[in-house]
Amino acid sequence: MAAHDPSSRRLPTVLRSLGFAAFVIGLVVFLAALVLGGYQLTPEGLSALEASGKISPDHRDAVLAQLEPLEGQWFRSPGGFIEAVDAALGAANSDLGGSLGDYQQGEYRFWITREASRGPAAGRTTLLFLLSFVLAALGAVAYFLPRLWLEPPGIKNHGVWFSSVRSRGAWGIALGVLLIGFYIGLYFFPAYIVNWIRLADPASRWLTGGPADRWFFYGFLYTLAILVMAVRMAVNYRHNRYQLVRTASVTFFQLGFAFLIPTILGALGKPAYDFKNAWPLDYHFFFDWHLKELMASGALGWFILFWGIGLSVLVVPLMAVFFGKRWYCSWVCGCGGLAETLGDPFRHLSDKRLKAWRVERFLIHGVLVAAVVMTAIVLANFFTAGSGHPLFGGITWKIQKWYGFLIGSIFAGVVGTGFYPLMGNRMWCRMGCPLAAILGIVQRFQSRFRITTNGGQCISCGNCSTYCEMGIDVRWYAQRGQNVVRSSCVGCGICAAVCPRGVLRLENGPTEGRINEVSLVQIGRGRIDLA
Amino acid sequence: MSQVVIIGNGIAGITAARHIRKRSDVPITVVSAESDHFFSRTALMYIYMGHMTYDNTKPYEDWFWDKNRISLVRGYVDQVDTEAKKVRLAGGRHLPYSSLIIASGSKSNKFGWPGQDLDGVQGLYSLQDLEQMEKSTAGIERAVVVGGGLIGVEMSEMLHSRGIPVTFLVRETSWMNFAYPPEESAMINREIRAHGIDLRLGTEIERIEGDERGSARAVVTKGSETQASETLPCDFVGLTVGVSPNIDFLRGSGIELDRGVLVDDHLRTSAPDVYAAGDCVQLRNPKPGRRPIEPLWYTGRMMGETIARTLCGEETAYDPGIWFNSAKFFDLEWQVYGQVPAKLGDGEKTLYWEHPDGGRAIRIVYRAEDLAVTGFQLMGIRYRHELCQRWIADGCPLPEVLENLGAANFDPELYRQYEGELVALYNRQHPGAPLRLRRRRGLKGMLELLRAS
Ligand SMILES: Cc1cc2nc3c(=O)[nH]c(=O)nc-3n(C[C@H](O)[C@H](O)[C@H](O)COP(=O)(O)OP(=O)(O)OC[C@H]3O[C@@H](n4cnc5c(N)ncnc54)[C@H](O)[C@@H]3O)c2cc1C
Ligand code: SF4
Ligand code: SF4
Repeated sequence: MAAHDPSSRRLPTVLRSLGFAAFVIGLVVFLAALVLGGYQLTPEGLSALEASGKISPDHRDAVLAQLEPLEGQWFRSPGGFIEAVDAALGAANSDLGGSLGDYQQGEYRFWITREASRGPAAGRTTLLFLLSFVLAALGAVAYFLPRLWLEPPGIKNHGVWFSSVRSRGAWGIALGVLLIGFYIGLYFFPAYIVNWIRLADPASRWLTGGPADRWFFYGFLYTLAILVMAVRMAVNYRHNRYQLVRTASVTFFQLGFAFLIPTILGALGKPAYDFKNAWPLDYHFFFDWHLKELMASGALGWFILFWGIGLSVLVVPLMAVFFGKRWYCSWVCGCGGLAETLGDPFRHLSDKRLKAWRVERFLIHGVLVAAVVMTAIVLANFFTAGSGHPLFGGITWKIQKWYGFLIGSIFAGVVGTGFYPLMGNRMWCRMGCPLAAILGIVQRFQSRFRITTNGGQCISCGNCSTYCEMGIDVRWYAQRGQNVVRSSCVGCGICAAVCPRGVLRLENGPTEGRINEVSLVQIGRGRIDLA
Repeated sequence: MSQVVIIGNGIAGITAARHIRKRSDVPITVVSAESDHFFSRTALMYIYMGHMTYDNTKPYEDWFWDKNRISLVRGYVDQVDTEAKKVRLAGGRHLPYSSLIIASGSKSNKFGWPGQDLDGVQGLYSLQDLEQMEKSTAGIERAVVVGGGLIGVEMSEMLHSRGIPVTFLVRETSWMNFAYPPEESAMINREIRAHGIDLRLGTEIERIEGDERGSARAVVTKGSETQASETLPCDFVGLTVGVSPNIDFLRGSGIELDRGVLVDDHLRTSAPDVYAAGDCVQLRNPKPGRRPIEPLWYTGRMMGETIARTLCGEETAYDPGIWFNSAKFFDLEWQVYGQVPAKLGDGEKTLYWEHPDGGRAIRIVYRAEDLAVTGFQLMGIRYRHELCQRWIADGCPLPEVLENLGAANFDPELYRQYEGELVALYNRQHPGAPLRLRRRRGLKGMLELLRAS
């Protein structure tokens, strides 16, 4: 066979090594770009800031006046510089009679630091863009693709539990720390990672004409990660059309719906809306500022308003009735998209214990209640604001902030993705996502979807449970000949793929007999009462 | 019934324990020499290949046993006293029983080849075997696997997953051609070779040579027909030449033994209140077409539940129903329902379709006289157990099966379906009134068919 002729293996093996090296170089460049260089405000920098429009005309003069003394000073670390900027902003705030809010100060701090950064990313942005993102991405692809020639199609789980990075070894923990650090920087200390954000400028200028802010940077990196890791999924599951189509689908929705469309809309001054992101996952859909923004955006804004409501209350649950929650969670959703691509190497780390299931039900429904209550209060205040006495007083801003902080940032981001190498790739989807909670309730009680178990063929090997990213003990059901009907199942189909005995099939069908109880001796007798 | 003791915590013993507990509050004690908890023997290979950890192979969490009041004893039963109704553990402890279930499984065969006890020569059955294999194969250069059964393929795949070159000796001229028709057997040969295994068909082991430290150094083979001899240097030899009932500890207990523990239709041994289940069992009267010893996961499970029913007052005879089985050879999945013999019997006919890529096949066996289907064999394709079984049980005629065959397909959604090609093949072979595939894959169709019959 060609696959094992040593000479035909040489080229792909070399390519794989080169790809790996390229990826590592790209990663090192990316990490180095963060810490190299320093911070200095130059006269050109100050005038660029002035011209950028990032500082509101009301504050511009006061802020720039306070920044002037910093001009020319060199700071090695972002900490020192940001401290100085904060002092300047504080002074500007007093000059302005306290009209500079926290949020605005944060934005200004970010843009001022971004302008002042003198790292490699500021000087040779395009070169570094190529040497980091592009090199790492191409390297990774070159690492994955040669498997096409090196291994026959089939399940590729050899050595998963021997790999340090995939089994919570030292490398796995290091990766977890890196990811967690990344998210903490992104959400809470964006001014500290301006060097990274600037790295995305070439893409940002090309798509929007402007410099990258942190959300562009994040969206770009997120989409790139999905694209690259989708190649890995496609190579690994090339024998499995369900996986191929599903991976193509999440990639398409991420690239088009989550990244390109909102970015372009934003660049055109329209609401940067992700048309597939449904409330309550999209928790700020009903935030007052968002509603105001939509209402102020003409026909498109109103369309988005109706679309978003229709999507959340009609389309999402109804589709779950027909296809299960999978149509959203593992075919469309962005969080799901990242989990199924970048997160796939970590799926077996999900906790399968009954205890974890208990925690899961408590947490995910708790978050759902929190999201509903928060949205109800925000909406009540929104509709009663006209009277001058919002129903729940002035707490809108506060609960929006706290929900965003605890659920949106810490849970969905830091834990959701940062914990991939520690607790598996679906921590957020399993334990936290309120949309998944709604879909799960539909799936459990009112859906045509189930995973059918194939009679008595199960050998209780445990591959299905091990590789279930939602921590479902699939084997528990399979070995009893019982269908898997679980609210958390995202229908990724991996359990059915890894099962060595062809026991599991995801399918939609009549709801009658969906939740069944089968005794094994009856299987032996040749007749099963399916009703 | 005041105390149930079960020897063996494998699928047979544990299924019995669980089903007794579902129906009764009687104290249950399960003794095992191998492991503290029930694990899945069928998953041993996945531990070695790094797909799973040992913990992943345990079908129940450790608290499960306490919660269900099934007490687990780690120890080796070296004597069963059927008079005094007690078992003795090595070390002297006695466990009295009112009912005893022997579910002691199998042991690997060895056929007295010179060198079979050298270091680096072993079979694969127990956890301890796996640990041994882990040690013996660390950093080795070459391995030879002897014996063309399912475990031989698994062992080859295990070694291959660690990048160890494997030579696989199979006595037959095509892999398991005594159990598989030539086409399927050839497909499995190809699959084994496609993964880079050096498959030597028609080759037997003559002896194993050791080095001065007593470790295996080479396997000397001989051609089954040619008698040509060859020396294959290697540092590990896997002996996978079948298993036999693990019953030596019962000798002298008065329980009637042959190759296995002899049992009647209710799985009762010759001693009062002593039952046996699983691999260690030899049926006195197997059903027609079935073997007296069937060392399989599924049979052990069915036997365990059967005994539980009888013990709890619902007298139940062992009925394994219509034969089924499945396995995976490297990346090639295999399923069988009903009887698919290597050579057709009198009055049997077959319809066989193979994908041009040589990696997928569907075979249906039927009776010539009334066209009733008697067996389905699938390579690289999954079929529904319930439906195939129903068709066989009902003696459904082939044309009707073919027209509905799509409903039996159990492959994942979006997979291509090949039933149309099978029907077209049948139509070519049987000119006249052509059949039409009326159903495609889908749960709805299957349920309709099951309800209709
Ligand atoms: C590698 C491998 C792969 C397999 N794959 C498949 C497959 O795919 N499909 C399939 O159908 N079958 C498969 N089998 C066969 C299947 O695993 C067995 O049929 C099944 O496990 C037998 O179960 P059992 O409960 O009868 O015995 P066992 O699982 O062997 O359990 C018996 C237990 O009793 C213990 N014991 C024995 N004697 C004593 C004593 N005197 N005192 C204390 N404890 C004792 C043993 O240590 C053992 O733990 C496979 C077997 C192996 C080894
Ligand atoms: S049960 Fe199967 S399909 Fe559902 S989430 Fe788990 S692995 Fe995916
Ligand atoms: S992977 Fe398949 S055979 Fe193994 S436990 Fe799960 S359903 Fe059973």
